[in-house]
Amino acid sequence: MLESSVLFSLRLSFQVAAVATFFIIVIGVTVAYFLAQRNFRGKELLDMLFTLPLVLPPTVTGYYLIILFGRNGLIGKPIYAWTGWSIMFTWHAAVLASFVVALPLMIKTTRAAIESVDKDLINASYTLGHSEFETTVRVILPLAKRGIMAGAVLSFARALGEFGATLMLAGNIPGKTDTMPLAIYSLAGSGEWSQANGMVILLTFMSGLFLLFANKFSKGTI
Amino acid sequence: MGLSVHLRKKVKGFNLDVAWEINNELTVLFGYSGAGKSMTLQMIAGLLIPDDGFVRIGSTTMFDSSKRINVPSQQRHLGYVFQDLALFPHMTALDNILYGSNNMGKSERRERAGEMIGAFHIKGLEEKYPAELSGGQKQRVAFARALMRKPYALLLDEPFSALDNPLRIEMRQFLRGIKKRVDAPIVFVTHDVAEAYAVADTMIVYSNGTILQTGTPKHVFENPWSVEVAVLVNATESPQIAY
Repeated sequence: MLESSVLFSLRLSFQVAAVATFFIIVIGVTVAYFLAQRNFRGKELLDMLFTLPLVLPPTVTGYYLIILFGRNGLIGKPIYAWTGWSIMFTWHAAVLASFVVALPLMIKTTRAAIESVDKDLINASYTLGHSEFETTVRVILPLAKRGIMAGAVLSFARALGEFGATLMLAGNIPGKTDTMPLAIYSLAGSGEWSQANGMVILLTFMSGLFLLFANKFSKGTI
Repeated sequence: MGLSVHLRKKVKGFNLDVAWEINNELTVLFGYSGAGKSMTLQMIAGLLIPDDGFVRIGSTTMFDSSKRINVPSQQRHLGYVFQDLALFPHMTALDNILYGSNNMGKSERRERAGEMIGAFHIKGLEEKYPAELSGGQKQRVAFARALMRKPYALLLDEPFSALDNPLRIEMRQFLRGIKKRVDAPIVFVTHDVAEAYAVADTMIVYSNGTILQTGTPKHVFENPWSVEVAVLVNATESPQIAY
């Protein structure tokens, strides 16, 4: 019985981290591109806003997410009024929390990678008649690929380990929203050390592995 | 076709104000580094926007501040060879060349690329990446890419500066070959006197954002208009030219 709950947490954690990482890649690359390539008023302010979850306590990020997406939240209220559905205390909330907390890692790494692409290569593509979109797809993204992959792996690892904001937004409902970090919290709280030990070791091992991968990607040894 | 420009731009204490007109010939923009030569090329190509002035290629206005015309760089249809050549490191020599043929049909692209590979002696190097090519080979790929779609003008921003001397001299011959091949204005930026003398039809001497003198290299060397030009081209002696 307990074994199956461990498996559930493991599967849920991967599901949440994978879905969050998908959105992180799509949104993160887009935002990083505009931050790296365009000059506009309020650019650094926007960068700061996206980076905030990296330094804020996850509970504070979670608090903001409740204000926005809670049943009475700025965005949550109209959604609830329209569909009768609220994201709160669902696994989708765990995805949202992981997304917001891990997104800055993707943006920071990808922005740096895009900014490091030689400006002459971009200009060469323009003088050869290629549009900005084509230049992005055929020159900038392939050359920034390593940084983007490193960012994605780091974000996945961060999403896998997300705890504070997830607890605030998704709760810790056994068999529903208890990802591995939340399950470890419950197990430690109820003194089930052998189960907790196994999960802690597994999470540490996987996170270490992801960090090794991220380093290898950014150094170009993969 | 011809190329005429009048360009004014202020950037961080530097003032560029130049106007010149050339035919389908090889024109050298000559002067010390920081004189505004590369900036001129960037403005012709649309990579930098002048504060004021115009760029006309043949009868087409690419930029005119008074008429608020600014054709995007992508649509100016120019060949540009950068100082560092700017070959795409993730593409093979062939892919770099093919990348220069936007808006061409597939068979036309292949045919034109084949022509370029023959003309620039790139045969056998098609599948190599830029990092696997020698300096001279990279040079030839960069020129082939820039000429793929028969540009209205060819802009060369010190493309030989990274080469060592014997190869640079070889490149003068190469450039004369390009001149025969391209019926369009060629603007070649250099700060090498011998190089300017060896290849230029017309020489435009730049200093600190302005033009000091324009004429054939022979004329500029023999009749410098000012002490500054004389010092720049070292006109007290004929330059030792290697052809």
